[in-house]
Amino acid sequence: MAQVSSIAEEQTSTPISSSKSITLRIAKYNPKHDESSQFMEFSVPYEKWTTVLEAILEVKKHFDHSIAVRYSCRQATCGSCGMMINGKPKLACFTKISELNSNVITVEPMSNFPIIRDLAVKFEKLFDSHHKIKPYIIRDDSELESDEREFLQSPKEVEQYIQFANCIKCGLCNSACPTMATDSSFVGPQALAQAYRYVADSRDKGKDTRLKIIDESHGIWRCHFAGSCSQVCPKGVDPAMGIQLLRGYLLGFRS
Amino acid sequence: MTSDEHKEGIRGMANPRRYGIERVAYLLMRLSGLGLLAYFVAHIYETSNILRGQVGWDEFLELTQTTEGHIFLTVVIGMCVFHTVNGVRVMLGHGGVGVGKPGRPDYPYDPASQNYRHKIGIYSAIVLAAAAMMYGLAVMFGE
Ligand code: HEM
Ligand code: SF4
Ligand code: FES
Repeated sequence: MAQVSSIAEEQTSTPISSSKSITLRIAKYNPKHDESSQFMEFSVPYEKWTTVLEAILEVKKHFDHSIAVRYSCRQATCGSCGMMINGKPKLACFTKISELNSNVITVEPMSNFPIIRDLAVKFEKLFDSHHKIKPYIIRDDSELESDEREFLQSPKEVEQYIQFANCIKCGLCNSACPTMATDSSFVGPQALAQAYRYVADSRDKGKDTRLKIIDESHGIWRCHFAGSCSQVCPKGVDPAMGIQLLRGYLLGFRS
Repeated sequence: MTSDEHKEGIRGMANPRRYGIERVAYLLMRLSGLGLLAYFVAHIYETSNILRGQVGWDEFLELTQTTEGHIFLTVVIGMCVFHTVNGVRVMLGHGGVGVGKPGRPDYPYDPASQNYRHKIGIYSAIVLAAAAMMYGLAVMFGE
């Protein structure tokens, strides 16, 4: 069903000055009635700054409005637009065509996530795992009395967890993880990194509760420190670091 | 599209080409672990030939004196050395040693856990395994 089309200049809303174009291959698949996914091919002009998401939206606008793609912020903040771009999980809005150094760009739905349709995947399991590790400050006196101040932290205490608080729940890490590739029950790097984010927060008192939650057969021990999660994270969260530091508590290397 | 969950499966798990030397080390560690386990079982069987007395023992040992036997043992040496050296690296990493310190990341967000210390560990494991294999080959074929 490969179909090659190109955008006629007069059809576009913005004048295209670029003479450069790439072939964009988009995976089309509807689990409800398709046997397997098919690629549709489009020739898309691009500039140095054109992102993969913009190219997909251009195709949606001019050729096939039915392409399912999830996005919102277009600035690597909402975590909606993760997909496989030339075989690796990336944010479509944060990946420029020019930096891929390829004349053909293939976009597919993110691996290790069930497909809703085309490029859109289900996030339920990611959010469930995230929720499972209790992603909030736990302490007995969490409700402030009227005459009290907020819980103070020194800049040094903030440094301990702020990196992990950058997570936008995009799921790229879970998509790159080799354990996620074969184990449906694994809690995953996203949730484990968030467990560390709260354990490392000086205001939090929920360390033991969280360590108990992740200390199970499909929990933290399934991590082999392959590091792929950290290599694909678009926000510098470095889940692999958080997971090993977290495991340090369970192994008695840290307290 | 093998299943509803759209997992990459064993082929994705074992693909060493996408995520750097760390993913290569991950694969080699798994393969060498399983290889050593297989060798361990075979080794128990091999040494159990002592129950057949001196003749049985010598007969079986001849298997390792062939070209194929030498090559097989060379692979075992390589797996042993890589698995041990990389195993020490992985154990340290698992304990949170050498994985970097949390901080405020800056674009392009090079992950601190994928640092030169661990890369040196991986390359050392590969180089030492290769050196041990060459030494083994020299001893076995040089007699
Ligand atoms: C001093 C020697 C050894 C050290 C330091 C070592 C260390 C390790 C470590 C740290 C792991 C976990 C790696 C990970 O988390 O991915 C591992 C896995 C493994 N090891 Fe060893 N090991 C040693 C010897 C052996 C021996 C002699 C055997 C076989 C009889 C063996 C068989 C395995 C197996 C089957 C695995 C699991 C592989 C997997 O599925 O990922 N190891 N080893
Ligand atoms: S840790 Fe990074 S890759 Fe994983 S969900 Fe959070 S932002 Fe995305
Ligand atoms: S559209 Fe929000 S992260 Fe890409």
